[in-house]
Amino acid sequence: MRRHSPWISTIALTAAFVATAAGDPTIDASKSSIIATFRQESVPVDAALKKFNGRIDYNAAQPNAAKAALEVDTGSLDLGSTDYDAEVRKKAWMDSGTYPKASFISTSVKPGPTGHFDATGTLTLKGKTQTLTVPVTVGKAGSAMVFDGAFEISRAYFGIGDKEWNDVVDDKVKVRFHLVE
Amino acid sequence: MQHRPVYTRTAVALHWFIALLITAGFTLGATMTDLHMSPRKLKLYSYHKWIGITVLGLVLIRLLWRLTHPAPPDEPMPRWQRIAAHVTHWLLYLLMIATPIVGWLYSSASGYPVVYLKLWQLPDLVAKNKKLADVLVQVHGLLAWTLFWVVLLHVAAALKHHFFDRDATLKRMLAWQRP
Repeated sequence: MRRHSPWISTIALTAAFVATAAGDPTIDASKSSIIATFRQESVPVDAALKKFNGRIDYNAAQPNAAKAALEVDTGSLDLGSTDYDAEVRKKAWMDSGTYPKASFISTSVKPGPTGHFDATGTLTLKGKTQTLTVPVTVGKAGSAMVFDGAFEISRAYFGIGDKEWNDVVDDKVKVRFHLVE
Repeated sequence: MQHRPVYTRTAVALHWFIALLITAGFTLGATMTDLHMSPRKLKLYSYHKWIGITVLGLVLIRLLWRLTHPAPPDEPMPRWQRIAAHVTHWLLYLLMIATPIVGWLYSSASGYPVVYLKLWQLPDLVAKNKKLADVLVQVHGLLAWTLFWVVLLHVAAALKHHFFDRDATLKRMLAWQRP
């Protein structure tokens, strides 16, 4: 095997390090999760959104220039039960046939204490939009950037769920995300 | 006339209350799964789980009570009947404990925790796991149906002693008034 000079190795390593630090802003869905928790009869049920994609451009030196754009397949909501999964894809609920995608596009970012920022953006779900401000915590997993946060939405606002279900299923749905680049 | 020993009032009360709950819980469990998805179905599932957890708690109390307050001595009967009666009783205890515990395990494995009476969320016994849940629901059903047949045997034996042998076996469990 050919031996590189120590200088070349050092340069190669530095270049690799810089490339990783700059990071690929594309979200790695296989390491990330988006989970909606709703309450039925006071029972918290976690439903994972299995398919999504997007990118978060974030630079710790200029946090207010950060940008986020995410797109989620509404039909990928997994409640862990075939019956519920079928129910929730119906018109009265997610209506994945008509509205296959939900999205969040950031419009502005307000930096908080180190490792925190508030992302304000537009959530589009089932044909309706809502401006949300989401507190986000920035972390690292090895060389990858990790973004964690949660927000609450109202089923009624987005027209998700039949009225007959309202005394069984809470209006508020909490969405938690763990996004790894 | 000499009074025969009977079960304690606590044992009698627990026996009949648990019997009532098991009847309700079993009937719900056997019928609710076939219902169409609806808010009512979710409520019935909740009730079924609450009943199961109540049975589990009461049976554990009953078992402690039984271990500290022995059952009255057996009525005179053939040896095989005495053995059969005792085997049935301990099998009932085993099933009354195992059936709700496996139901609870199934709830945990399906990712639907039990919130007892909408007030207390019970800890998940296992992590969410669909494959495990599919097995557990089968085991839960099998245990419940075994319990059904053993209860039937228990009831048939009690009625046989009462109406055919005309002994005090059933009266020991009906006597509220202490002798």
